[in-house]
Amino acid sequence: MRHIISVQLENESGALSRVSGLFSARGFNIESLTVATTNDPTMSRMTIVSIGDDNIIEQIIKQLNKLIDVVSVTDLTATEHIERELLLVKISLKNDSQAEVDRVLDGFDAKIIDASEEAYTIELAGKSQKINDFIEAFDADKILEVSRTGVTGVCQKI
Amino acid sequence: MKLNGAQILVDCLKSEGVKHIFGYPGGAVLHIYDALDACTTMDHILVRHEQGAVHAADGYARTSGKCGVALVTSGPGLTNAVTGIATAFTDSIPMVVISGQVPSAVIGSDAFQEVDAVGITRSCVKHNFLVKNADDLAQTVKKAFYIATTGRPGPVLIDVTKDATIAEIDYEGYPETISMRSYQPEVQVNADQVAKAIDIIASARQPIIYSGGGSVIGNASEALTALTRRTGFPITQTLMGLGAYPATDKQSLGMLGMHGTYESNMAMHGSDCVIAIGARFDDRITGNLEKFCPDAKIIHIDIDPSSVGKVVGVDVSVIGQVNDVLRALIKGLENKELPNIDAWWQQINQWREVDSLAYKTKSGVIKPQTAVEALYEVTQGDAIVTSDVGQHQMWAAQYYPFDKPRRWINSGGLGTMGFGLPAAMGAKLAEPELDVACITGDGSIQMMLQELSTMLQFHTPVKIINLNNGYLGMVRQWQEFFYDKRYSMSYMDALPDFVKLAESYGHIGIRVEKEEDLKPALIEAFKQKDRTVFIDIITDPTENVFPMIPSGAGHHEMLLAGRDEMASTNDSGLNLV
Ligand SMILES: Cc1ncc(C[n+]2csc(CCOP(=O)(O)OP(=O)(O)O)c2C)c(N)n1
Ligand SMILES: [Mg+2]
Repeated sequence: MRHIISVQLENESGALSRVSGLFSARGFNIESLTVATTNDPTMSRMTIVSIGDDNIIEQIIKQLNKLIDVVSVTDLTATEHIERELLLVKISLKNDSQAEVDRVLDGFDAKIIDASEEAYTIELAGKSQKINDFIEAFDADKILEVSRTGVTGVCQKI
Repeated sequence: MKLNGAQILVDCLKSEGVKHIFGYPGGAVLHIYDALDACTTMDHILVRHEQGAVHAADGYARTSGKCGVALVTSGPGLTNAVTGIATAFTDSIPMVVISGQVPSAVIGSDAFQEVDAVGITRSCVKHNFLVKNADDLAQTVKKAFYIATTGRPGPVLIDVTKDATIAEIDYEGYPETISMRSYQPEVQVNADQVAKAIDIIASARQPIIYSGGGSVIGNASEALTALTRRTGFPITQTLMGLGAYPATDKQSLGMLGMHGTYESNMAMHGSDCVIAIGARFDDRITGNLEKFCPDAKIIHIDIDPSSVGKVVGVDVSVIGQVNDVLRALIKGLENKELPNIDAWWQQINQWREVDSLAYKTKSGVIKPQTAVEALYEVTQGDAIVTSDVGQHQMWAAQYYPFDKPRRWINSGGLGTMGFGLPAAMGAKLAEPELDVACITGDGSIQMMLQELSTMLQFHTPVKIINLNNGYLGMVRQWQEFFYDKRYSMSYMDALPDFVKLAESYGHIGIRVEKEEDLKPALIEAFKQKDRTVFIDIITDPTENVFPMIPSGAGHHEMLLAGRDEMASTNDSGLNLV
């Protein structure tokens, strides 16, 4: 199953490689990993999406907790949570395809953040599934470049 | 007080109560060595190879229970230390390793003797630090010792840039306390989990206690003995756990696992309640997991939550210091009546009659088992025994029953050849009054031989028992059994004359070729209280370690010496190697 694991850790140099090193050394899978500092500049939050059975996820959480720099680990998927991912994508407007592209955009809550004769740069935030659907709504040859941030998330409970 | 970083570092170590540092100098640590020169409360042991420094610090830590300390220079100094660090990490040994680093201004420029020490060691330390600023030194050293010695212990590396050792700053003294929001090793034992464990224990008919290295490292020997006596249960111990419970006691079944006793492994297989204490279900212990303890409820007691459920699913886990948990169990059992397990003991005694450690002697050759038994007799079972890795290690574990913890010092987890000799040196420094014997092999001893020189300079008299079979015996054994006797690169021609070698290092060398000379030679060697003696014992080159669970087999599928032909195992078994 797919799990979203949220990790609070000391904002120390090397903390990221401790986490990524742990995943590769123990053969755990990483679908995506995002990290940035929080409002407390000494603390970072990392969001990891991993796929594994319950035993593997339990080991991942225990091993993360064992890292000295890690302050807390939460399996977001075990509770009510909100997840979002940000997509930046360049879509070609060549061959008079603008009308068709606009039609697709209408169906999603996407924003054009840069436009030229040849292409749009589009921003879309949402669950990973929505981002996948959006990308799939275009012909492959229309997509010039895709950049996704990977998932970040928070617990819904206060 | 104005001090430079190196002086601060030395003061920190002094304040931690460090008495012995094992190390080797080089450019990046010269300021530290300069500061050490002025220090009178700590002895520095100048090894001959950095791996030796770390193994010696490790042997010192295992013997004394204190934190070992090693000091190495940048680049090759650090890379030489890595094997030692990994060895300590795998066996959860408390240790602080300080490495020099190039000046912070040139980090990342491929400077002379620069390696990414923090990166290289990341996966084999409990934690590591890079210190680029003298102001951070005291706090970091305090954290390093705290992390290394609490919770599940382990090695911590402090990589210090040269400029941080040179900079002069105002030093306010070594911090008295430390608290880290991200590291809280104290655990309260969960009473509900203890109660659940007691329920299982109180209904067990075929119980067994399976105790590991955690009982030694966690200083839980007394509590373990009390619990075992209170319950009347049989106890088996892992290679790492030997000595926590007295091996000569009647409730002890000996070691379990690949080369464990028949009664230990059969009792594990037949058990309905396994109490795992400070043990981690290593593959050398469990054999084939699909056949592991088929009928048992498993209780797992460990300081490290990630050990629980990692290899084997358990019924009840109790997280905490082994000592605390065992005390809680003993308390919880106070007014409990336990079922009669006489029938179980009868069964176990039948397995004991198989006498799985019996071996045949042959006239004209010395059996390695006989040599270990002779050592046991001559030292009256009271020596500290370190070992290297191979057949001799297994024979040491099998034929030298340990009655006290911290007397058996070996690299169980990583299986590092070369560990034994420097570890013996560290052990002797930790316990100068006790006899220290290093049981080694002709292969292993050559991996850290140079430390003979250190041992003369720093006067650490130990007795080296070289079970010289002329082979990388453990490799030869596997090739005999599993590779159709194709002995590819396991025979070492051109061995040195170990007697002359020992003499050239300033020690005493004795060669023993006849069984009748064995005991007199050992007695003579141990009489030499203040000399290191190298006893080169020529043993049967073809002897194999029995009993044995071939890989892929279960605990109940042991092969016994002289009774079972070694059937070749299946491929899935060999994959386990
Ligand atoms: C550093 C290292 N290299 C290789 C091995 C693999 N290995 C395990 S036992 C062994 C043979 C050891 O030979 P010796 O020290 O003579 O002991 P014996 O088995 O003959 O008693 C080898 C090569 C190891 N454990 N450690
Ligand atoms: Mg040998």
